[in-house]
Amino acid sequence: MEILIASGIGVVTAAGIYLTLRARTFPVILGLTLLSYAVNLFLVSTGRLAINAPPIVHEGTKAYTDPLPQALVLTAIVIGFAMTAFVLVLALKARRELGSDHVDGRE
Amino acid sequence: MTHLPILPVLIAAFAGFVLVLIAGAPLFVQRVLSVTATAAGLVTAIVAVTAVSDGSAIAYALGDWPAPYGIVLVLDRLSALMVLLTAVIAMIALLQAIQGTDRRGRLFHALYQFQLMGIYGAFLTGDIFNLFVFFEILLIASYGLLLHGHGPGRTRAAVKYVVINLVGSALFLVGVGTLYAVAGSLNIADLAGRVAEVAPADRGLLYASAFLLVTVFAIKAALVPLSLWLPDAYAGATTPVAALFAIMTKIGVYAILRVYTVVFDAPASAAVEAIGPWLLGAALATIVIGMTGSLAAAGLRRLVAYAMLTSVGTMVVGIAVFTPASIGGGLYYLLHSTIATAGMFLLAGVLGEFRGDSGDRFEPAPRPGGWATLGLLFTALAVAVAGLPPLSGFLGKTLILQSVAGVSPTTLVWPVVLAGSLFTVVALSRAGSALFWKDEPPAGPVTAPNMAAYVPAGICVALVVAMTVFAGPISGYTKATAGDLLHGPGAYTQAVMDAGRQTSPGHHDEGA
Repeated sequence: MEILIASGIGVVTAAGIYLTLRARTFPVILGLTLLSYAVNLFLVSTGRLAINAPPIVHEGTKAYTDPLPQALVLTAIVIGFAMTAFVLVLALKARRELGSDHVDGRE
Repeated sequence: MTHLPILPVLIAAFAGFVLVLIAGAPLFVQRVLSVTATAAGLVTAIVAVTAVSDGSAIAYALGDWPAPYGIVLVLDRLSALMVLLTAVIAMIALLQAIQGTDRRGRLFHALYQFQLMGIYGAFLTGDIFNLFVFFEILLIASYGLLLHGHGPGRTRAAVKYVVINLVGSALFLVGVGTLYAVAGSLNIADLAGRVAEVAPADRGLLYASAFLLVTVFAIKAALVPLSLWLPDAYAGATTPVAALFAIMTKIGVYAILRVYTVVFDAPASAAVEAIGPWLLGAALATIVIGMTGSLAAAGLRRLVAYAMLTSVGTMVVGIAVFTPASIGGGLYYLLHSTIATAGMFLLAGVLGEFRGDSGDRFEPAPRPGGWATLGLLFTALAVAVAGLPPLSGFLGKTLILQSVAGVSPTTLVWPVVLAGSLFTVVALSRAGSALFWKDEPPAGPVTAPNMAAYVPAGICVALVVAMTVFAGPISGYTKATAGDLLHGPGAYTQAVMDAGRQTSPGHHDEGA
């Protein structure tokens, strides 16, 4: 499973970086979204991958999964969502005010 | 007073929320509330600096969860100093904002307070993920403030600023995640011990996270090549916002200093030695780009934005060398240059308003009324920004240059730093003669700024003079701060590890 997760994160990150480097705001935003997906996946996997393991340790618990990365990724998702919403509004504002969706504001 | 570390954050947060709720209230009420909250923050900051001036550290366990499991806020000499600097700059910039800039858009004061909340939090937190959260708070507030007042140039600058900071946030999370995966903690003080115990096989991952984090902080500090967002953003923002943003680059510098002295300075990790040369190279390149840009700038605000790059480069030289003397000098220069550049931004705003259509561009324009006072303020601030004697910028640069001697490749540091000063002097002289001496006959009646308009920039000049007069005690404080950072974990780690410990279940005293 490690190789699957690792290559998944790699592919999404690569796509995200490629799109972020585009010259139009829409692909850039898509790229940023993909980057934040990849980062969230990465954060989940920093607690090591464990299947069917509880995050809360009781007496007699044999296997458990680290709850902290899950809390972190929840925070990261919320913040990432807010930021994406903001950058979308900003891109629309830039398109309206500058008359172009080029990241430099002109062709 | 055990709640001291959280007070600056709380005051700004409450003021911000209330200001959102009363967004429809008369501007006067909002101004009073905003000024009161900022002044309260300033008073708290002064109390904080005095409370920790003996080298102690106060840790505050949020929710009384003991470290390293809960999040702690830590007040030590370094964070107290940075909080005080923020509060001072915030107060001065706000004095300029209430003279009319805050009328140009909605919710200026609420955004301003949230911005302060984020900055105070970033300086005070003792948890690296919490640092990320406070970074996001201050960033999203800064996006709003940057866009305040409308204008195509502003929007164009904001798009780049937001995109680069979002990429920075992604890198930050990757760095923090890697650090957690390797060391198993997010508490900065706890990490100090754990990093030293990382197995040699995992050293590579540790280095990767160290470099990722320094990259993120370098974006905030605007070190070359991650500085491209800065000139447009600072030249585009409204005057008080640009002055407040003078503190923003220092957050990156602070984060580098904090994380690298506490976390990566462990003898076994050796990450500091690996990063030092890169940091020094980036700092010198930043000085070169800053001085080139300030020579090429066509307006005063852009010039000051580039001069700020030069000053960031200069202070990072002090940090990259990594001795108590060099970091102490770097911190002294940080205080000075933040106040000086903020003052110059404020003055550029006043000048721009009274030079008609030319604004702050270097072209002949009708001479504004009160140009003698403006010119005197400009001269004083130019001397401060360039780091000429007799003001404190010169002392700061001297401290850095002296500490560099005999430690690192001085052959490169001295010429670059001195050339940076020289070209800043040339650029500012050119700016001064263009702005004040090449005038046109006025087309209409000459308007002079009222007395209040001089006050914010005047306070900055007074502070710089005070920093020169009290250079001994202040540089002593910064040197002691650097000593705290470099002489092992000491008070900082001790305070964090004790936080929340005194309180046993069912027995809540104020001891935590």
